[in-house]
Amino acid sequence: MSTVEPILEVSGLRKVYGSGPGAVEAIGSLDFSIGRGELVCIVGPSGAGKTTFLRCVSGLLAPTSGTIALEGAPVSGPPPGMAVVLQEYGRSLYPWMTVAQNVELPLLEKRMTRARRAELVTSSLVAVGLPHAGRQYPWQLSGGMQQRVAIARAIAYEPHILVMDEPFAAVDAQTRAELEDLVRGLWQRLGVTVLFVTHDIDESVYLGERVLVLSSAPACILAEIPVDLPAARDQLTTRALPRFVELRTEVYERIQEAKHTSYSADAGGPARPADAVPAVVG
Amino acid sequence: MRRRTRPLRLRIVFAVAVPIAIVAAWQIVATARPSLYWPSPLMIVQSFGRTWLDGMIVQDVLPSLGRFVVGYLIAVVVGVVLGLLIGSFRRLRYAAEPVIDIFRAVPPPVIVPVVMLFVGIGDDMKIIVIAIGSVWPVLLNTVEGVRGIDEVQRSTADSYRVSPWRRYVRIALPAATPQILVGARQSLSIALIMMVISEMFAATNGIGFNIVQFQRLFALPEMWGGIVILGVIGVVANVLFTFAERRVAAWHFGMQESR
Repeated sequence: MSTVEPILEVSGLRKVYGSGPGAVEAIGSLDFSIGRGELVCIVGPSGAGKTTFLRCVSGLLAPTSGTIALEGAPVSGPPPGMAVVLQEYGRSLYPWMTVAQNVELPLLEKRMTRARRAELVTSSLVAVGLPHAGRQYPWQLSGGMQQRVAIARAIAYEPHILVMDEPFAAVDAQTRAELEDLVRGLWQRLGVTVLFVTHDIDESVYLGERVLVLSSAPACILAEIPVDLPAARDQLTTRALPRFVELRTEVYERIQEAKHTSYSADAGGPARPADAVPAVVG
Repeated sequence: MRRRTRPLRLRIVFAVAVPIAIVAAWQIVATARPSLYWPSPLMIVQSFGRTWLDGMIVQDVLPSLGRFVVGYLIAVVVGVVLGLLIGSFRRLRYAAEPVIDIFRAVPPPVIVPVVMLFVGIGDDMKIIVIAIGSVWPVLLNTVEGVRGIDEVQRSTADSYRVSPWRRYVRIALPAATPQILVGARQSLSIALIMMVISEMFAATNGIGFNIVQFQRLFALPEMWGGIVILGVIGVVANVLFTFAERRVAAWHFGMQESR
């Protein structure tokens, strides 16, 4: 994958909350890059600092040290070429706007004609399988449909990179399978780069072209596993492939190692309300 | 659905029957033991036609209502705009909140003599008094509403680089609307109180002015008629408010019902 031109480069990324003896290290040191058009999954145990990492990558949180560059430009705020889909679909969609208005909102910041906006809204809603939901309100839809709307909003934005933070953690298993196929389909059709963060090992192997395994906090990358499964994936046949089973076993073992390896004093650091319970530094 | 209709019907019966019973009891007592101070409902209604419904509607009731509506609308607009700003900027909030707490701790009626000093006793005075008296609940609730915007909604706007102006109009304002409406409803009753008080202090017309005049002239059925009018205005204002609220925040009520 190193032959591909990199779109996202993360080097020496480190994030410490607070300072002094009470400081909590969420991210130890992260180095990786993602090539244009890749679909990379980042998988890590819960409490690995995945959300902290994503907030840094999406420019919502300043790292303590290290750099993040998107398409060569350092990320210091939310970058224009990126769209983010969060786990909390119910809270990231605005309940006072219709589905179409939600999808259109980010486009209002871009210079484009009203007709072009309407076209993008319609085509993205069609792409996520909700061609008739435009005039409804998000709260009139099921959880899975709401997450489809959030995905439609992201792809209508025409990002170069689509970042997804455990987007399917809160939906039921069947909906989840459908949404996974939707993401793979969109990735193949639109040629957009996808960075997909999850705690679900099967999901990471099923979706990704490459899986990065994160250690528990303070996070670092433990392993990088290329997924050499056929490009056309199917919930039944792909998951039954011997190679799929091997890969998930490999990821699973790495994560088990991550859990049992203590990288720093892990003596009951203060619980953080974010997704992580990072260890105390020092 | 049937389960819900029966209590509803019961409530409507009570809502109509209880006031009728009270008025009937009043009528019976007032007829049995006539008192100058407690005229019977029939006497009040009879005096109504001669006074409040004859000329006074135009000369007194409408001017009162006009000042009430204008003063209240000013309070809502000023409260929402200032509240959006104070709620959005932390430093502004630190600077403004202590001052606001002091001003709103002052009982609103005492501002009447002060405002009179500056602008006299005309319509301006009454409108200003109504606006100053009723601005606080809207203002404070708007600040709270803006501060209470969901963290995920906020960072979504960040990550899509929504411009500051659109944040106010498309995100902060609608997000705070349910809370703003709570404040606006409180302000509504304060505005009505301030309307009456400003007219009782110093005025040449208006409902409050006439209630005091009738009382001084011992025209007590007429005085009671004015109080009835105030009650009717309060009820109608609340009904109109509820109606407006359902339109302005249809999404909010729809969302609550869908849960």
